[in-house]
Amino acid sequence: MAAEGQPANSLLLAVGQLTKLFGTFAACDGINLDIRPGEIHALLGENGAGKSTLVKMLFGVLAPSSGQIVWQGQPVRIASPSAARKLGIGMVFQHFSLFEALTVAENIALSMDPGVSLARIAKEASDLSHAYGLPLDPHAHVADLSVGERQRIEIVRALLQNPKLIILDEPTSVLTPQEADRLFETLNKLKAEGRSVLYISHRLEEVQRICDRATVLRHGKVTGACDPRQETPSSLARMMVGSDVAHVSAEGTSSKGAIKLEARHLSATARTPFAVALKNICLKVHAGEVLAIAGVAGNGQGELFDALSGEYPVASDDVILISDKPVGTRGINARRLMGAGFVPEERHGHAAVSALSLSDNLILARSQSDRRAFLGGGPLGLIRQDAVKKASKRISAAMDVRKSGENPPAGSLSGGNLQKFIVGRELDRQPTVLIVNQPTWGVDAGAASRIRQALVDLAKSGSAVLVISQDLDEIFEVATEIAVISEGKLSDIYPASDLSREKIGLLMGGMYGKTETAETAHAH
Amino acid sequence: MGIFEAMLLTIITAATPLVLAAIGELVTERSGVLNLGVEGMMVMGAACGFIATQATGSPYIGILAGIAAGALFSLLFGFLTLTLVANQVATGLALTILGLGVSSMIAEPYLGQSGIKLPQIVFPVLSDIPFLGPVLFKQDLIFYLSIALVAGVNWFLFKSRAGLKLRSVGDSHASAHALGINVIRTRYLAVMFGGASAGLAGAQLSLVYTPQWAENMSAGRGWIALALVVFASWRPWRIVAGGYLFGAVSISQLYAQAFGIGIPSQLLSALPYLATIIVLILISHNRRMTLINTPASLGKSFVPDR
Repeated sequence: MAAEGQPANSLLLAVGQLTKLFGTFAACDGINLDIRPGEIHALLGENGAGKSTLVKMLFGVLAPSSGQIVWQGQPVRIASPSAARKLGIGMVFQHFSLFEALTVAENIALSMDPGVSLARIAKEASDLSHAYGLPLDPHAHVADLSVGERQRIEIVRALLQNPKLIILDEPTSVLTPQEADRLFETLNKLKAEGRSVLYISHRLEEVQRICDRATVLRHGKVTGACDPRQETPSSLARMMVGSDVAHVSAEGTSSKGAIKLEARHLSATARTPFAVALKNICLKVHAGEVLAIAGVAGNGQGELFDALSGEYPVASDDVILISDKPVGTRGINARRLMGAGFVPEERHGHAAVSALSLSDNLILARSQSDRRAFLGGGPLGLIRQDAVKKASKRISAAMDVRKSGENPPAGSLSGGNLQKFIVGRELDRQPTVLIVNQPTWGVDAGAASRIRQALVDLAKSGSAVLVISQDLDEIFEVATEIAVISEGKLSDIYPASDLSREKIGLLMGGMYGKTETAETAHAH
Repeated sequence: MGIFEAMLLTIITAATPLVLAAIGELVTERSGVLNLGVEGMMVMGAACGFIATQATGSPYIGILAGIAAGALFSLLFGFLTLTLVANQVATGLALTILGLGVSSMIAEPYLGQSGIKLPQIVFPVLSDIPFLGPVLFKQDLIFYLSIALVAGVNWFLFKSRAGLKLRSVGDSHASAHALGINVIRTRYLAVMFGGASAGLAGAQLSLVYTPQWAENMSAGRGWIALALVVFASWRPWRIVAGGYLFGAVSISQLYAQAFGIGIPSQLLSALPYLATIIVLILISHNRRMTLINTPASLGKSFVPDR
C-alpha cells in the first residue's frame, strides 16, 4: 500500500495505481507497492494473480496501461530491460535464458559492456560468485551444470551490474532444499549491503523465513500488505486465495461405487531438469466421484497426468489400476481400451493437431479404442469417413461447439470451442474413467461452465472422474473429493465439503502436518 | 622430388578446396543456418574465376571474381531463407541445382580453353628446408589463404566478442534476440562468408587444380565439404585434419589405379561419407559433445516477434 509513515523519497521504489490491461482483462488492477532500501520484500499470490505481469512491467518487458513507477523519488518510464538495468534493477527469471553451448563467462559476457575482456569478466564473475557463496567455475559449459548452478549464473549476471533492486521470480521452484538454503544466505548478504530484493513466491514457509514485508496479490489486485513474520500461515493463505468460501452443493451426488481408478505408491523420476519427480502418490477414485487435484503449476501435475494416462508408462504394472486391472506399464491405447479417457493440458499440439480437421483429430484419438466404429476393411484399417464425420457432428452438437463450416481445422476454433470438442471427444465414448488436466485453462466463462457441467454429469452417470486443476473456483464447483499436489507429493484426500480455501492454500504451500493441528481451528 | 613428396603435393591441392568450402560452411552453420548450396556456390566460383582470368589475363582478378560470385550467390540464399523465411534445406538444394546450370551456361564459350595457372609464391629461405620446404612454402596464394582463414576463423569464433555473438545466435536465436543481438544481420554476414569461401574454393579448382573450365567441375566436392563440417564437429582445426584426410582418400583412388591395387574406386570415393556417418554416431552418443559443439538452432528459421 502507499507509503505509510515513510516519506516517498526514502523509498527505493514506489508503484502507484499500476494497471495492465490485456484487451478488457486487467492482469494488474491498480497495484500499489513500495520497496524500502535494504529489505527483502515478498510478492505473494496464486498463479494468475498478476505477479509476473507486475514484475515484467518493473523490468521493462511490458508497458503499463496506466499508473506510475517512482524510482528513488523520481517518476520513471522503464522502456526496456536495458533501461531497467541502467536504473539499477536486476532480474532473475524462473526459466533461464542461457546458452547451453557457451561457457559461464561467455554467457555473462553477452549481456555486458562489450569493452570488457572475457578474461576480466571470468575473473570478476568468479570473485563475485565466491564472495556471495555461490561458487561458479567461469570456464564450465552451461550444458554440464545443474539447474541450481544455472540459476547462480543468472544471479551473478544480475549482480555484476551492481543493482539496487534484484527481482527473483519463484527462485526456489527449481532448487533442492540445500540449494535453497544457500540462496537464502546470499539474499541476506545482499540485504546487509543495503540492496533490496523483490522475492516472488507462493511458498508461505520461505516467505516467513526470509522476507521483511509482503504484498499479496489476488486476481490482479493487492489484497494485503503485511509483515509476514507477524502473520500466521493461515492468515497469509487467506489473503492469497481469498476468504469467500464457495460451498459446493452436494445435492444429487450419486452413491459411491466401486474403485475405478487407483494409484498405489506411484513414484516416477523426473525426466528433464525442469520436471518434478512423483513421490509415493496414492489415490483412489470411486465410480460417481470427481476427485480434483489442486496445486500451484509445476508441482508434478503434468507428470502425474503422464503416468496415469500412460503417455509415459511406469516401470511396474500394479501401481496403477483401472477398473482393478493393473496397467502401469501399458500405453495410452491399452488404457483407452479398458474404458479410460484422457484430456491433456495443452490443446494445440498435444490434445489436437491444429492443422488437421476436427474429424481427423477425432480418429487420431479414437482409432484404436473405437476401431470397429471408425475403421473398415479389416486389417487394412481404412477410415470410414462418414462414421467419423457423423460422430464429430454429434460431439459438436452435444457440447455446443461453435465453428465455421462443417469440419474446420482444429486450429481455427477458439480456445474454448476446441476445448469443448476435445472434452466431448472423450465424453462421447462414455468412459468409465476420465482423467482431465486443466479442463478449462484459458477458456471463456461460458465454455468453462459447459465443460464443468459435463464432468459433473459424467460422474453422476457412474464414471470416475479425476480433474487436475489450478483453479480453486473450478475445483469447488466440480469436486466431490479434493487432494493437493505439492512438489510431487499428494496430500490426503478430503471430502470437498470438509475443505476450506484457506486449508487448500496451506497444503499448496507445502505446509503438511501443521494443517492438521493448529490450523484446523481457523479453517472452519 | 620423391614419390612421397609428390603425393603430398597432390594431396594438398586436393584438400585445399575442401578446407576452404568447409570453413565457410562452418561459420554459416555456427550462426544456425544450414546452407546445402555449397556445391552450387563452388561451381559458380570456378566458372566466374575462370572467365575473369581469361578476360583479364590475371588469375588474381580471377580469385576476386570467384569470391564475389560465391558471396553474391549466397546472398540470394540469404534473401530467400532469412528475409523471406523459406525452408533452408529446400533452398540450399535449389541453389546447388541452379549453380550447376547457370555456371554451365555462362562458361560455355570457355569450354576447352587452356587457362592460366595461379603462380606459386616461394618463400626464399623457408622453401629450402628439406622435404617440408617445397611442400609448405612453395605453394600458391590460395593454399596460404586456406590456412590463414582457418586460423582466423578459430580466433574469431572463440576469442572475439563478435564471434561469441555469432555462436550465441546459432545456439539459441530467441535468447540472442532477447539480448539485443541482431540475429538476421549476423546470419546474413555468416551466410555471405560461407559463400565467399565456397567461391574461393571454386576458383582454386579452375585456377590451380585443373586450370581450365569443365561443366560440373566441382564434382561433388561441395557435398564432401558439407560432410566435413559435421566430421569436424564444428571445430575449425578439425576441418584441416578432416580435409587432408578426405583429400588423401580421393588422391589414393588415382594412386591405387596407377599401382594396380584392386580396391574399387567407388568404395574409396564413398569413404568420406562413411567416415562422416561414423563421426555422427559417435557425436550423438555423447550428449555433452552434441550440446557444446552442435549449433542448437541449426536449420531453424527465425522470425522475430510474430
